[in-house]
Amino acid sequence: MTVFILSFLMLLVGVHGVLTRRNLIKVVISLTIIEFSIFLMLALIGFISGGEAPILDAGISAGRMVDPLPQAMVLTAIVIALATNAMLLTIAIRLYKKYGTFDIRRINELKG
Amino acid sequence: MKGMSLIVKKMAQLMSGLIFVYGAYIATHGHLTPGGGFAGGALIAGAFILMILANGSGYVRLKRQEEGSSAVESAAVLMALLLATIGLAAGTMVFFNNYLPPGIPGRLISGGVIPLYNVFIGIEVAAALMTIFLALVIYKEEISK
Amino acid sequence: MEPSVIISFVIIPLFAAFLIPLVGRLVGGFQRILTSSIMLLLLVLSVFITLQGPETITYMAGGWEPVGGVPIAIYLVLDPLSGFLLTIINLLGFMSVFYAISYMRRYTSENLFYTLVCLMVAGMNGVVLSGDLFNLYVFLEISVISSYALVAFGVGKTELEASYKYQVLGALASLLVLFGIAMIYWRTKTLNIADISVLLQHARHDTFLVFVQLILITGFGIKAALIPFHAWLPDAHSSAPSPISAMLSGVLIKAVGVYVLIRLFFNMFQLDTSLAIVFTAIGALSMIIGVVLAIGQWDLKRLLAYHSISQMGYVVTGIGMGMILLARGGDKSIAALAIGGGLFHMINHAVFKGLLFLNAGAIEYAAGTRDMKKMGGLARHMPVTLSSSFSASMAISGMPPFNGFFSKLIIIVAAIQGEFYLLAVLAVIAGIVTLASFMKFQRFAFYNKPEKEPTAREVPLAMRFSMVTLALLCLLLSLLIIPDIRQIFLEPAVNTLIETTEYATKVLKL
Repeated sequence: MTVFILSFLMLLVGVHGVLTRRNLIKVVISLTIIEFSIFLMLALIGFISGGEAPILDAGISAGRMVDPLPQAMVLTAIVIALATNAMLLTIAIRLYKKYGTFDIRRINELKG
Repeated sequence: MKGMSLIVKKMAQLMSGLIFVYGAYIATHGHLTPGGGFAGGALIAGAFILMILANGSGYVRLKRQEEGSSAVESAAVLMALLLATIGLAAGTMVFFNNYLPPGIPGRLISGGVIPLYNVFIGIEVAAALMTIFLALVIYKEEISK
Repeated sequence: MEPSVIISFVIIPLFAAFLIPLVGRLVGGFQRILTSSIMLLLLVLSVFITLQGPETITYMAGGWEPVGGVPIAIYLVLDPLSGFLLTIINLLGFMSVFYAISYMRRYTSENLFYTLVCLMVAGMNGVVLSGDLFNLYVFLEISVISSYALVAFGVGKTELEASYKYQVLGALASLLVLFGIAMIYWRTKTLNIADISVLLQHARHDTFLVFVQLILITGFGIKAALIPFHAWLPDAHSSAPSPISAMLSGVLIKAVGVYVLIRLFFNMFQLDTSLAIVFTAIGALSMIIGVVLAIGQWDLKRLLAYHSISQMGYVVTGIGMGMILLARGGDKSIAALAIGGGLFHMINHAVFKGLLFLNAGAIEYAAGTRDMKKMGGLARHMPVTLSSSFSASMAISGMPPFNGFFSKLIIIVAAIQGEFYLLAVLAVIAGIVTLASFMKFQRFAFYNKPEKEPTAREVPLAMRFSMVTLALLCLLLSLLIIPDIRQIFLEPAVNTLIETTEYATKVLKL
């Protein structure tokens, strides 16, 4: 149970970062922290203490394998996170080109 | 983009071939060992990215490479989709159907269509990561110009 | 009907999306023709499927049959509610793409635009068809990531800033959704929505599940831009190119936000009165605050974007009232009325808000401005835009005989019958304020005497076609009030929500 609470704390750290950082890149880093906290949690959900890797082989019974489904989910989610981060960084670089800064307080064309 | 020193260039040339082959191995053996298309593709992209970082590249050349890699990416996705759609047409009317003979588990040529998916996903991931990398580098070049 | 037809809603746009960058650069005009023709095909297909009757079709990807009654494949489920949403998505998709044929010529890299549109449509179709939580998440990300790129398509200062804001909040929402899905998986060890609903049948008043549901309300609430989470919507929807604004406001917030919420809350979780009240309260807040924020706007597209929040508030309020009644075990016919009003307003909002954004695009195309203070006197120069935007404005403010009147009327009648008098009053007030702000739009855009006579001309044929068709639909959809027509199109969708546990039975064929 402790590990789940720790990964939830990590999620909160990420949320705190997203809400308080003023730098475009640091916001992206905070989002990555949230992503990884959830990946950790997903991997932990499938974990069995003393379990085997879920590869079909002679001499390993399916009952002792860790759950492979969360691992597949984590892999897929990593790919998606890659796409999201690439998009975010591309937009951040473009914003830097327009404004000459990564500071969120000086990027404020839109109001209301 | 400027290249790096001679030592880095030589080492990169030595290493990138090995990385490429290792990536190809991981991608083709995806149905037998941990890894698969995504991991292998990431390695293959790493080999190319290493070469570009070490040797440097001009703006025009980067643009051309980006066009090429995004075309390869689209083609690879189309091939993977086609593989999945053949299952729809092959009489069973099931998308993602595994219509090839399964073979003997443990051999390289086994698992029906799964190795083929791995190969195309490997190409697609390599091209996609290359495209992302090149796009970011191109933006950086545009800013510094 | 052949079950494999439903997979074509996802693979046809995917094929098109990856064919366009390859062939489009060699053959000029290929991207426009291909995208409009596949969108027309999907529209015809979705209407055809909806008219087939209220059957539930399940499709197992990869042909993995259930083992011992436990589903192991990724399920695609087409039931009347999905069919209803599919019709909305593909209708608006076709109209926007057809409009874009003329509109997008001003932009460079049209290939990228059409690729992203196809991906977005594929993702939204996937979301409404998916019967599997994680698959739903993947499709959701496909559609929202392409929408991030589409919002930034103009690559100006405002577009980029709006897109960044949208992405940070959108990524946060997606991660909350993933977190919720992980929690559900932890509890049930399955991802199939129908299977989960069977497993959670007896779990009432479970703190763990309440926590999960609150996480999911937050996640999808951000996607649907309901009031405490609305900050990104006015920026993002007003910065995108107009056909995309029409799709974002018209369908994206419904398909990836409200649809998923109601699907999960009605068909997967057990209905819970306090959560239903939270849901309805969020809807009522959106309804009233959205319209109050809208009235002070002078940027035409921002005004429309704020109205999207308010109108989605109507939808959520209607459905939420049905949810409260069902959870309390109240009168089912009133619940059906409220939910029917909500769903009816959903399709109406898609049509008239899509049309209004297309009108805004036409005005921007012809007059070159989005600022209402600088417009004026366009009535003589743009008769088609004038008449279509008039019908859309009347529809959104709830004037008879346009469709918006009937759906708002149903929601208000249901509120009175269900004894939610406060909600009925709020709905009426929001309707009046909406009328006021659209009178402002009509007056300033079309009739006001400008300082200098505008040089605007009517927009090209493709844009006019989309606007006129949607304007006609604003009138025709009023026919859904007639019971016989309701029976075909709206009633089955309402029934899937009313019969909460039937979903699992039909999908798993128990």
